[in-house]
Amino acid sequence: MNTLQPNLEQSLLNALKSCFGKLDAIENLRPLSGGAVQETWAFEAVAQEQRWPLILRRARGTLRADRTYGISLEGEAALIRAASGESVPVPHVHYVLKPSDQLGDGFIMDLIEGETIPRRILRDASYAVLRQRLAAECGSILAAIHRVRVDGVSGLEARQPRETIERIYQDYLELDAPGPVFELTFRWLFDHMPEDIGELSLIHGDFRNGNLLVGPDHLRSVLDWEGAHYGDPHEDLGYLCMTSWRFGAIDKPVGGFGSREDLYAAYEQAGGVKVDPARAHFWEVAYTLNWGIQCAQMADQFLRGADPSVERGMIGRRRSETELDLLRLLNPGGFNAG
Amino acid sequence: MLDKPTGDDLLLAVLHFLRNEAMPLLDGAAAFKVRVAANALELVHREIKGAGDVEAAEAERLTALLNQNGTIDELNRVLCEAIRSGRMDLSTPGLPEHLWQTTLDKIAIEQPTYATYRSLMVQEKDEVQP
Repeated sequence: MNTLQPNLEQSLLNALKSCFGKLDAIENLRPLSGGAVQETWAFEAVAQEQRWPLILRRARGTLRADRTYGISLEGEAALIRAASGESVPVPHVHYVLKPSDQLGDGFIMDLIEGETIPRRILRDASYAVLRQRLAAECGSILAAIHRVRVDGVSGLEARQPRETIERIYQDYLELDAPGPVFELTFRWLFDHMPEDIGELSLIHGDFRNGNLLVGPDHLRSVLDWEGAHYGDPHEDLGYLCMTSWRFGAIDKPVGGFGSREDLYAAYEQAGGVKVDPARAHFWEVAYTLNWGIQCAQMADQFLRGADPSVERGMIGRRRSETELDLLRLLNPGGFNAG
Repeated sequence: MLDKPTGDDLLLAVLHFLRNEAMPLLDGAAAFKVRVAANALELVHREIKGAGDVEAAEAERLTALLNQNGTIDELNRVLCEAIRSGRMDLSTPGLPEHLWQTTLDKIAIEQPTYATYRSLMVQEKDEVQP
């Protein structure tokens, strides 16, 4: 999958000497996922009696990632370290890649065993007990994330609500794929814009079922920090409850496993701000719209040939899911009205 | 006149081949890609069967709602502009009904297994029962 793989083991061996001392080998190197921007590899670092299961997260190839916005991988490593300082469950980051490692941008962290596949978390009997308390765990972890303060991360933006909505609107206008349901939703968002907040909090930005690594006991790790920014704490609360992230279990708003009441109570108890349900609802609408626009962007990438994969084209045809959810959010009595 | 089997018949045969013959031989990323490909063919099948009627009905509603003629793309852009400028909203007679009908017709072709859609269909069925 990557032409650089033959050198990858040797480069990892060299890079990791500074934190593990002398290593004998890198074994069992395997790709876990290759996103459009980043790739993730699992491997083991081996030294005589010991074996460390590790993860490499890096920008594809050895070129620096070309990104219009979002944080760099070095920034992501700094965020994960800062989150760990607030007792957010995240892997220990061992090493941030340097240009001399010739591995691209990225970092190396512990591999944590667990499950991330939403449908298994929602349906397997081994997670039945976890499901009862997962919404509350999410609440207390979000309160901890929102306390994180980190300096010097390039690309880590600070945005008041209006700035985030305007950013989404800009993406929509640039795409030139208008639709009446999206138009109505933007009108609603601009009409219901929350007031500015005094002190912005660190927002994970993609805290949802799918980015939560769990064991039968607890939520073990929060993944994918590339959408992090400073913003309104209610953003993460609304985002987590989007219908798209309930994976079929739509009667349980929090990720398909829990109730908003459990989420909000645990969030407040763990020191989060007093939850304003209307404000959380605003962000649920906003991020449902944002996901619909991202689907339309993927359709555009497919049509331009930037990513001609069947998968990319098919995600483009999921815009309609968000249009249906938006209609239900904005016009709940409208179904069967005609 | 073209011979039979039709394009849609052949498409269904390819779909059957992918699901029942190719997929069991594969695992990992290849199995995932074949599943996505099969889902895509199924969408194309529904589109061949339903898109003509659905888009004709949408264009007819748009013509009535906007009181003007044009292609479906032009009319949708006019509607978008009317909503953007505030000339139309959910209180406009006929607009909520049009948006619901259009969205439901679209998702029936594109993502009929989506949970929100399925729950609405069940709700509707329950309501017509005595």
